[in-house]
Amino acid sequence: MREGMFRNVSGCAISGIISKSGKRFSGQTIVDSVAVMHERSNGLGGGFSAYGIYPEYKDYYAFHIFYDHKTAKRDCEEFLEEHFEIINLSKIPTRKVPQITDEPLIWRYFLTPLPTKLADSQLDEREYTVRCVIRINTTVSGAHVFSSGKNMGVFKAMGYPEDVGRFYRLEEYEGYCFTAHGRYPTNTPGWWGGAHPFALLDYSTVHNGEISSYDANRRTIEMYGYKCTLQTDTEVITYIIDYLHRKKGLTLKEICSVIAAPFWSDIERKPQEDREELEYLRNAFSPLLITGPFSIIVGFEGGLMALNDRLKLRSMVVAEKGDTVYVASEEAAIRVIENNPDKIWHPKGGEGVIITLEKGNP
Amino acid sequence: MAVEFFYPEYEIVRNFDRCIACRVCERQCANEAHEYRSEDKKMAADDAKCVSCHRCVSFCPTRALKIVKTDHTFRENANWDGKSIKEIYKQAESGGVLLSSMGNPEKYPVYFDRILLNASQVTNPSIDPLREPMETRVFLGAKPENIERDENGRIKNNMPPQIMLSMPVMFSAMSYGSISYNAHESLAKAATELGILYNTGEGGLHENLYRYGKNTIVQVASGRFGVHKKYLSGAAAIEIKMGQGAKPGIGGHLPGTKIMGEISKTRMIPEGTDAISPAPHHDIYSIEDLRQLVYSLKEATGYTKPVIVKVAAVHNVSAIASGIARSGADIIAIDGFRGGTGAAPTRIRDHVGIPIELALASVDKRLREEGIRNRVSIVAGGSIRSGADVVKAIALGADCVYIGTAALVALGCRLCRSCHTGRCNWGIATQREDLVKRLNSDWGCKRLVNLLTAWKHEIMEMMGGMGINSIESLKGNRLMLRGVGLNEKELEILGIKHAGE
Amino acid sequence: MNLLANNLGFRMLNEIIRNTEEDITIDGCFGERFIGSGASSKIITVNGTPGNALGAYLDGATIIVNGNAQDAVGDTMNDGKIIIHGSAGDVLGYAMRGGKIYVKHDAGYRTGIHMKEYEDKKPIITVGGTVGSFLGEYLAGGIIIVLGLNTDACPVGNFTGTGMHGGKILIRSQEEPKYLPKQVCVNRADEEDLRSVKEYLEEFAALFGYGMDEIMSKSFYRLTPNARNPYKRLYTYN
Repeated sequence: MREGMFRNVSGCAISGIISKSGKRFSGQTIVDSVAVMHERSNGLGGGFSAYGIYPEYKDYYAFHIFYDHKTAKRDCEEFLEEHFEIINLSKIPTRKVPQITDEPLIWRYFLTPLPTKLADSQLDEREYTVRCVIRINTTVSGAHVFSSGKNMGVFKAMGYPEDVGRFYRLEEYEGYCFTAHGRYPTNTPGWWGGAHPFALLDYSTVHNGEISSYDANRRTIEMYGYKCTLQTDTEVITYIIDYLHRKKGLTLKEICSVIAAPFWSDIERKPQEDREELEYLRNAFSPLLITGPFSIIVGFEGGLMALNDRLKLRSMVVAEKGDTVYVASEEAAIRVIENNPDKIWHPKGGEGVIITLEKGNP
Repeated sequence: MAVEFFYPEYEIVRNFDRCIACRVCERQCANEAHEYRSEDKKMAADDAKCVSCHRCVSFCPTRALKIVKTDHTFRENANWDGKSIKEIYKQAESGGVLLSSMGNPEKYPVYFDRILLNASQVTNPSIDPLREPMETRVFLGAKPENIERDENGRIKNNMPPQIMLSMPVMFSAMSYGSISYNAHESLAKAATELGILYNTGEGGLHENLYRYGKNTIVQVASGRFGVHKKYLSGAAAIEIKMGQGAKPGIGGHLPGTKIMGEISKTRMIPEGTDAISPAPHHDIYSIEDLRQLVYSLKEATGYTKPVIVKVAAVHNVSAIASGIARSGADIIAIDGFRGGTGAAPTRIRDHVGIPIELALASVDKRLREEGIRNRVSIVAGGSIRSGADVVKAIALGADCVYIGTAALVALGCRLCRSCHTGRCNWGIATQREDLVKRLNSDWGCKRLVNLLTAWKHEIMEMMGGMGINSIESLKGNRLMLRGVGLNEKELEILGIKHAGE
Repeated sequence: MNLLANNLGFRMLNEIIRNTEEDITIDGCFGERFIGSGASSKIITVNGTPGNALGAYLDGATIIVNGNAQDAVGDTMNDGKIIIHGSAGDVLGYAMRGGKIYVKHDAGYRTGIHMKEYEDKKPIITVGGTVGSFLGEYLAGGIIIVLGLNTDACPVGNFTGTGMHGGKILIRSQEEPKYLPKQVCVNRADEEDLRSVKEYLEEFAALFGYGMDEIMSKSFYRLTPNARNPYKRLYTYN
């Protein structure tokens, strides 16, 4: 049994840091932050997403892929060659850590869609890439693309997050934004693909909680071409955000009003214009409302969004120091890396905290 | 054989120690089952006239009466039961097609009773519905395909017409004629007070009830009784009746004897003429013709009302629903084979159609596979009996349910299944003025409001247990369901796992 | 107001019609549906071939078609007038309750089925040529007149008046209509019958340029239901 063959619910620790000016800093900071919340994980999954780490390849899709075996690698590369120009490929550098074992083959590719194939598909570049990712993950046995954005990457494994950070040598990467996840699944995921963040293109999600709307959300999003192969909340939330943001053109703020929509009683108290818009969004996308406890940090190209469910059933703390914004499940995870923030607060349930890079950055 | 006598199915048992011969039973029984014998100043009863409607039992001041099923029987036969034998006698005598009322009473599986709900333990919290917010509001109607924005980047309101309901339950179509004016008024008043909708059925809308228009669905059936511009414009939504669960493929027929007074006026046909609704709409012989009727109604009302298309759950219902979704309908109502009726041929009622649970699951799945589930809302009907049935139907994929029989039971119906006689002692399925008067519409309204208020609380409690605080997160959430005692195929069609999985 | 239909599409076309009080002439009509749906005033003149469901739920307006009309003209019409200077398709005047429809030439299958009348509402359909089968099926009220001006044979098809339980059908024909279902009584129309429809015949003659002499040159047969409740004896209570 492995992740995807059953529904695996998890408790978790999450953390995120972003520099609004786009200043790049070492991945060690996020490792130090999430390590404080060791008790919120159980060693069955940890991971990071890092933005701005591949400036020299920033125009290419960076695919991070797990292979169970060499045949999977051969099959997958065959597929990649048919659909993309491969600019560069390499093993992702790791170091041996006693706590991390049974690693799969972990490879990284910088890719750009083959122009003729892209034109034939009549899709835009991003949709083309998404479909290729979904194709690989559903049809190439033993291969799993776990990161597919530009100038960003996901690093994840079975283990505690601090060990996963050391394994991937995260301190050697510099980025303007990082998110982290320590997982507490109720079942063993059985493989590394089950760890978080979950990412599609540059959208990556770390999430804490078990949502009660899961199957309503899953059955709706699968209608639009997504396949929830992992059966996790994080996966479905990522797809929902990708769908609403990339395909429907909603702003992040509007997305918060869909997935953590205000209660009708709150909506009715708003001024007319807002009321109409909120009612419209909630009605138009009602099956994408997410209920049950969740706190999420969504990373994307140029920003980060933190959001709690509307009843605020999970904890989340946000702090600011200079141009840096910190988000974490626990205040201690912020204090350990920035003991003297300018401002620290607990956002309300359903109220998204959206941080985007200041103009022109990075 | 000259005489065809059936021993009555029910016996009226009178405790003469208690009976005070007050004659209430006699006055209450429109079937004239009770009689006062002046010679010995005692009450007598003719069991053959009793339909077991309990009116006399309910009104007997000394509790002297009860109705029991007879133990008179044919010789035991596992194949030829008494019912089959009696039906043959009836037809041999009359040459007539057997006619029955209310929903299919036969022993087919009730899938709702084989489905169990989930609740949260540890990994996420259940929610206390009495103190925490718990939302049951639903909107029915097509959702916009694309987001459009104005020059300032604000989202334009391109939402097609919607129905807003305070909870996912509506009163299903029951025509004025099949039920009484007071029953209709009870439904209209209750729908208004509850913030839901009731449905006129195909008999038109009485002029006094136009004031409840905001909470009214007007029905357009093949007979087009009482259909005109004002009728269409005055309602919250328009329903095209293509079929009914109790009698799929069969039209309607209200005998001329019932077309009197206000009924004649409301149906807009002369007194004494039969009101025949042909089995099909004769302007709809194919799916593209349905599109024509849907759009003619939208044109006639300036695209301001959602159009519902109601069909009976039949074998190919998912393909039919997909066709309806592509015909411009905003809402599809599916009526399962247990749905009620004022009168239907017995064989049709008991042998045609499929259970709503399977039909609903398969329609919801098909529409999702085709990526058009958002284009239509689904209303499921055909024997929704409790708040639990509502929750299960929503989790299988319905946006809302229709209740008919349950509403009538709230008004006093005993399911005696004698609607076709027109002598309903509870004032529901009758037009006899003295009987109609027995049902006060304020009392009826109160009972319906009580029933649905109670159901709403139950729905909220079950949702809360699952950790869901908004009904939209329950819709189609089949992980919240588990089957018990169902085979692989049934589970596959319902799209649920077996308990323990 | 003059409108050119062919680059508007039916929704736009009908929106313009709905939103004006003026009389309208529509040119270049090629199958635009639902024209005049529910309209209660004004005169709508259509040059070309209007689409299906012309004048559905019509509530008092007048529609004139210079050409042929398609299926489902005057569906559930309540009041008003539809004049077709040509032929009509199937299911003309389905469940019509009031108003008048005049067709110069022929009408298709199922003309005037389930028509009904109530109080001052009495629907009248007059067809100058022939009609298809199932004329006046389930007829519950109103009058259907078929003149057969373009034929020597009886101008109706099979199953005329099946299920009829009200209203009247008048057929201008040398020979008596044959093979009628048992719910229908057929008789030679008497003077009273003809007097009752004189105004419609005169209007028909005036509209389409016929002489009354020509119209009255053949005999008429009258079809009426032979029982008001045709299916009463079909059922037994269970």
